[in-house]
Amino acid sequence: MTDLQREADAFLPLPPATFHILLAVADEDRHGYAIIQDVAERTGGELKLSAGTLYRSIQRMLEQGLIVEPRERPAPHEDDERRRYYRITPLGTAVAKAEARRLAQLVKMARARGFAPGRA
Amino acid sequence: VTVRLYQLLLHLYPTSFHHEYGGAMSEVFARRHRDAPGPLGRAALWLETIADVVTNAMLVHLDILRQDLRYIARTLKRAPGFTLTATLIVALGIGATTAAFSVTDFVLVRPLPFPAPERLVKLWERTPGYGRMELSAANYRDWKKAATVFESIGLYHGAAANLTGTSEPLRVEGAAVSFDLFPTLRVQPLLGRLFIEADDRDGAAGTLLLSYRLWQTQFGGDASVVGRQVLLDSEPHTVIGIMPRDFRFPSADAVYWTPLRFNEQMYADRNDNWHYAVGRLRDGVTFEQARAEMDVIAAQSKQQFPRENKDVGAALFRLSDEVSTQARLLLYALSGASLCVLLIACANLANLLLARALERRRELAVRTAMGAGRERMVRQLITESLVLAVFGGGIGVAIAYAAVPLLNRLVPTTLPLASTPAVDLRVLMFAIALTVVTGLSFGLAPLVRLGGKADFSGLREGVRSGGGQKEGLRSVLVVVEIVASVVLLVSAGLLMRALWTIQSTDPGFRSEGVLTMQTPLPIPKYANVATRDAFYSRVVDDLRALPGVTQAAFVSHLPMGKMRGGIWPVSLDGRPVNRAENQNAFLRYVTPGYFAALGIPIKHGRDVAENDTNDRQRVAVISESFIRRFWPTETPASVLGRHFNFVLSDRVVAGVVGDVKMRGLEREAEPQVYLPYKQVDDGAIIGYIPRGLVVRSSTPPASVAPFAREIIRKVDPTLPVTDVNTLIDVVERDTASRSAQLRVLGAFALIAFVLAAVGIHGLLSFAVSQRTQEIGVRMALGAQSSDILTMIVKRSVWLSLAGVIPGIALAYAAGRWMQALLAGVTPADAPTFAVAGALAIAMTVVGSLVPTLRALRVNPISALRAE
Repeated sequence: MTDLQREADAFLPLPPATFHILLAVADEDRHGYAIIQDVAERTGGELKLSAGTLYRSIQRMLEQGLIVEPRERPAPHEDDERRRYYRITPLGTAVAKAEARRLAQLVKMARARGFAPGRA
Repeated sequence: VTVRLYQLLLHLYPTSFHHEYGGAMSEVFARRHRDAPGPLGRAALWLETIADVVTNAMLVHLDILRQDLRYIARTLKRAPGFTLTATLIVALGIGATTAAFSVTDFVLVRPLPFPAPERLVKLWERTPGYGRMELSAANYRDWKKAATVFESIGLYHGAAANLTGTSEPLRVEGAAVSFDLFPTLRVQPLLGRLFIEADDRDGAAGTLLLSYRLWQTQFGGDASVVGRQVLLDSEPHTVIGIMPRDFRFPSADAVYWTPLRFNEQMYADRNDNWHYAVGRLRDGVTFEQARAEMDVIAAQSKQQFPRENKDVGAALFRLSDEVSTQARLLLYALSGASLCVLLIACANLANLLLARALERRRELAVRTAMGAGRERMVRQLITESLVLAVFGGGIGVAIAYAAVPLLNRLVPTTLPLASTPAVDLRVLMFAIALTVVTGLSFGLAPLVRLGGKADFSGLREGVRSGGGQKEGLRSVLVVVEIVASVVLLVSAGLLMRALWTIQSTDPGFRSEGVLTMQTPLPIPKYANVATRDAFYSRVVDDLRALPGVTQAAFVSHLPMGKMRGGIWPVSLDGRPVNRAENQNAFLRYVTPGYFAALGIPIKHGRDVAENDTNDRQRVAVISESFIRRFWPTETPASVLGRHFNFVLSDRVVAGVVGDVKMRGLEREAEPQVYLPYKQVDDGAIIGYIPRGLVVRSSTPPASVAPFAREIIRKVDPTLPVTDVNTLIDVVERDTASRSAQLRVLGAFALIAFVLAAVGIHGLLSFAVSQRTQEIGVRMALGAQSSDILTMIVKRSVWLSLAGVIPGIALAYAAGRWMQALLAGVTPADAPTFAVAGALAIAMTVVGSLVPTLRALRVNPISALRAE
């Protein structure tokens, strides 16, 4: 187990909002509203992060080093002065992976008892 | 507009968060608002948004609080001395104030334990010299009939009786109440019923209500006692009900109630004043209206009875105002003293926090430089002082909890208050409010001085003194502490002088070697003089036969005992009794030997004698004050044989004795008349039947008590013996509440004194530590240690002068204000002021001693090296 993994494990279990935000910024830098939209899309509109929950989570995730605000910004025509973009850090990636692993473990256990969703 | 509204809402977040994310959040909100389908959707969005902002703002605040607390815990752990001092200071301040509040609140603020207590009033007569004179039954009847302002009104008077038929004879205190009194108070019995009008009628069968306490102690809380008969002063009374546990009326001592029987004989004498009336004002009637109406009614009855009611007016007071001026003043003084202690504690706390803020200037500057917002720092400092205040407040409440029982003595027993004060929810709320205010206001003190701008000077190595301005504020705080402690020292000192003055007063008798007790002879059993004579003779003879007993006698009421009144009008040369002027004298019936037993000197003439009987000229023994009042030109020798009219017949002076302080050491001796116990008609003046026994012995008086009890039991086994005390105890009890007051105020003064010394010590040692380098430089440049010493001593002398002078002025004002408590000691009592001033200066000197020594030990080399 690497140091990074060990550090990541300390964050588990992850609050759902944090997990979703990590997923949203996993492949590209996004600004706040884009994160909300991404989460909504991925969950089929089921989870609509509120502005309060989003930015409270972002503040904490910035402090914890799960995400950063990158210095370079997207091409000027796409950019809005006020917008702030967030990018996942290696620690953030590790934490998201660890959480995914934890969830998978849970599902596996549930399935063993016949509680599994999908092909039961 | 909607976005503007949302931005306003965002102010609920901490400023830093708001600054950081407010813009982005507004944008999100704007988009959502734009996308919302129709007005209904927008309304839903608003509801959702408000809930979102409120919960998340709270969570962000909590996050910060958690961080701050963690940080504060770390920093406080690093400065245990500071933490401990600050906590203790707050604990003392809040403890003292909370304890004082709990008693003051209990007696003065809290409403009486009756429904709608603000409508309850007490009706008195007013005569020249007496603002509150008991009512006569006749005036009460007339006034009640005429009054329209009362919803109801009832009458009562205090009573005491011998309860027999339970385990052993018991003397109990209670009251005789008219049937409408309890409905006026709106109380309901716990069991059974209240009195009805038929119970009040003359000749009705005896009925009785028991207090919860008496029911529990004497009847084991047995519900079947209702309906049972008990003997009260040998008369059968049927128990008709039990009153609730917390019902105490008219005073805390009352344990039973009987009906007040009205009969024509009671109405006969309009100047026979011994009743109290409590009324409930009709809804809509103001207190002033009621007063005005009673004045009119009293004026009418004055016209109707020009002779009896010549100088009689009506006086109406709120029932809650029954607390005496002295007790009230005392509680105000107590509150003032506790506020002084709190003030000193707060000044100390502010000083400590200031010093700490200065010490931490570097740390704070570094954090500011690293980008910590001012708001966050302010918030952290306030949180820190709140944490200290909460710790201190917690300990303070514990202190108050322990201290309140000690303050019980300050609660007047004359109030219809059930329990004794305790630290309850209400007091706790007060303590919490006090804690928060203390923490907030004095946590802000350092901030005022830290200034608004980022202060990078703190980053430089080797910060020198905190700067004149900051020390200025701290000096002011210390001066405030000195002022407050001088005020407290002087107040405590004045009270102490007053106590000493009173305790050294000659009571008029010799209290050493005297045992006293009450033998409450019941009526009608002892209504006849002959029956009583038989009882007295047997008891006194047997007592005198005891080894060591030199004298024994009976008296109506002992001086300084429970009954301190008992005055009758005196008339000279056949003039009619004049109630306007002070023409009264104390009446006491005595058996021969009373003066010798009590050690009252017989100045002229003789004692009362066994042969002063009803068939002979009625005689009297008078006090010297009687001569001064009624025959100012005569001497004790020349008044022997003079006549005066007193207690329904003509009396001739047979002897003159020294004055006795009947009402207590603090009162002037008023004229006293002693009458022989046999010169009274059977069944008359029964309130003055000699029931107090005094025994003088050469052996310790307490050792006589069991023998005396045994002798009385043999003569009358149904007679309870109560109030067995040495006379010394009786006299001491007279000043007991004063001693208690003094102890409380003295404790406050001591706490204030110590706190102020701590404050001075803190200020000066901080100043010295800040100026170590300066001192080092000076010494390196050739300054002598005496120069350094002068520098610091001058400082402390200035401080103490700046505190002592206004302190003394304020203390004089405080002394004048509580003059009523001083028993004649002048508020400008020089020795007290001298001692208090000297103590304050000594406190300053002692407080500055350690810092001075430290300054003298400064090593110039190391001090300079630090530069």
